[in-house]
Amino acid sequence: MWNYSEKVLDLFYNPVNQGTIADTDEPDVAVVYGEVGSIACGDALRLHLKIQESSQVILDARFQTFGCTSAIASSSALTELIKGKTLDEALQITNQDIAAYLGGLPEAKMHCSVMGQEALEAAIYKYRGIEIEHHEDDDGALICACYGVSAPKIRRVIIENDLTTVEQVTNYVKAGGGCGSCLVGIEDILLEVQQERAAIPARVAAEIGEAQAITEVPPRPLTTVQKIKLIQHVLDTEIRPLLIADGGDVELFDLDGDRVLVSLRGACSSCASSTDTMKYAIEAKLRDLVLPTLTVEAVAPQRT
Amino acid sequence: MVIYLDNNATTRIDPEVLDAMLPYLTDFYGNPASMHSFGGQVGAAVQEAREAVAALLGAEDTEIIFTSCGTEGNNTAIHAALAAQPEKRHIVTTAVEHPAVLNVCKHLEKQGYRVTYLSVDSRGQLDLMELEAAMTGGTALVTTMYANNETGVIFPIAQIGAIAKAYGATFHVDAVQAVGKVAIDLRHSPIDLLTLSGHKLHAPKGIGVLYVRRGFRFRPFLLGGHQERGRRAGTHNVPGIIALGKAASLARHHLANVTQEGRLRDRLEQGLLDRIPDCVVNGGGTERLPNTTNIGFKYIEGEAILFMLNKHGICASSGSACTSGSLEPSHVLMAMGLPYTVLHGSIRFSLSRFTTEAEIDQVLAVMPDIVEKLRALSPFNNDQSDWLQGRELARSA
Ligand code: FES
Repeated sequence: MWNYSEKVLDLFYNPVNQGTIADTDEPDVAVVYGEVGSIACGDALRLHLKIQESSQVILDARFQTFGCTSAIASSSALTELIKGKTLDEALQITNQDIAAYLGGLPEAKMHCSVMGQEALEAAIYKYRGIEIEHHEDDDGALICACYGVSAPKIRRVIIENDLTTVEQVTNYVKAGGGCGSCLVGIEDILLEVQQERAAIPARVAAEIGEAQAITEVPPRPLTTVQKIKLIQHVLDTEIRPLLIADGGDVELFDLDGDRVLVSLRGACSSCASSTDTMKYAIEAKLRDLVLPTLTVEAVAPQRT
Repeated sequence: MVIYLDNNATTRIDPEVLDAMLPYLTDFYGNPASMHSFGGQVGAAVQEAREAVAALLGAEDTEIIFTSCGTEGNNTAIHAALAAQPEKRHIVTTAVEHPAVLNVCKHLEKQGYRVTYLSVDSRGQLDLMELEAAMTGGTALVTTMYANNETGVIFPIAQIGAIAKAYGATFHVDAVQAVGKVAIDLRHSPIDLLTLSGHKLHAPKGIGVLYVRRGFRFRPFLLGGHQERGRRAGTHNVPGIIALGKAASLARHHLANVTQEGRLRDRLEQGLLDRIPDCVVNGGGTERLPNTTNIGFKYIEGEAILFMLNKHGICASSGSACTSGSLEPSHVLMAMGLPYTVLHGSIRFSLSRFTTEAEIDQVLAVMPDIVEKLRALSPFNNDQSDWLQGRELARSA
């Protein structure tokens, strides 16, 4: 039997916020739902949101879940976490946050928390009219046929959760948990991400001609050219693949001191609030990997 | 109080079995292979146990080899059968075997053997025509279970054996789930090799038997000392053997009475079907073990049901993926081509001679609420659900 935390068991036996939200005629209120999973996969979640349009605040959240103990508990946790938040704040919630709220999940059950995060994204994207790409249709990008998991999704979960083994990938997104014929493909993606990761400091150092920058020698302040190169590199390797996977893209437009000006493409540019979301997500990554003082601003897409 | 309805996983040790074995853990600790009388005394008890097991199976005592478990028995049987006819490189088995057979076959495939995995129909039953079509003169072994551990479905052993014999193949039967629950008489049977495991019939874990038909060309799997007449090396697990001997005697006695278990099983099964809409018996409609029922509760997931049952002190098991640590639902239910709605929400209740009417009533009292509560949480609450229909309601068999 699984070793579940008290919180998981409590929310399983006494779930909160289960059910649906009926459509309403109330002014300034929208009701929407997002779905992930399927009966075939063995778990599925439909997340219902009631949103105040003017403030973009989630007034209410409810769930319907088909799945195991931890899937049901994760759904309750998710709804508790997002109620009262703005959509942008809610989008910052990761599967790790859901797991943490539950006092942890057995690693083999982490996919339940991932399902929560994905349902939230699905609901918000639906509200914003952003099409989530059907990765299954990508050319050759479907890695796990048993669970319909694409390469971009596997990449994303590896990066976001710092996964290092195929088994972990299976625990997080189920890919590889069926017939096993995709295990080699998953391994390849893991290696790719690891190589890219490993290559970042070396490549950047090589590009900016400062091999010492990655050794013990304390880094000197970056020149503007170095900064641009480094930002471009992080955009290309760490950020764009994720955005492209979700139907968007980003381009470095200019750099003004520590102000990074980017233009967003595709799904990322189609509405004001998602622009904000992307901006914060990109900013966090760049601050993390390039310079903590950077700020990111979106400019109108450039015609090329 | 625990209501234990997971007897196909393991059984409680019968108190009489425990009493029989205890002295062999304390006072009579001699090695039956020793030359002194202290060991010889133990050797006599082992012989008695062997005879008791043989009597349960309608076998001769010399046909009984004590092993450590069902897995060892199955591994040994398959390797022995192949060693007996090394020129033949084909094995026939079924898609619903226990991993102790299935994984051995998969391993042998990698070694160059050809393996045919016979399919089952939606009742979990074999098609004898398919078996017949798979057989060739090069078939070394037909290995099938007697009864399925998950559904209780009983295969037509006599007919399978007749087909195997017609092609000169060895016939091995994994009877781990069947021994003690249905009468088996090897005197009138085409079975060459048969496996059983003690802990499924109220003996402790760690003891099993491989029956080897007299005259069968047997090659040992475990090499070492000359125990079991050179056919299985390793010091005898004396307390286990004594326990199994006692368990076999009790099982033989109990077989006359097994209808009581079947009556309780039927009461449970019918009671659930009557009280809960949208549930089906997996493996219904064909011959089954009297102690097993496997029921698919549509639209909800097995692990969640088990945790709810657990809260009421009820132990059962599930064919859903989430309980097992693997993500694949039960290969048995998958092979039956059940729709996903049924597959993921299937629960196995397996009874024993210790199961009481009151326990069954308690399950019947709590199950409807459990199912209702989980269905209220589920987005799939009937076959008409758009989402469900859009996503592979029924798998193609
Ligand atoms: S294709 Fe991924 S497990 Fe089967």
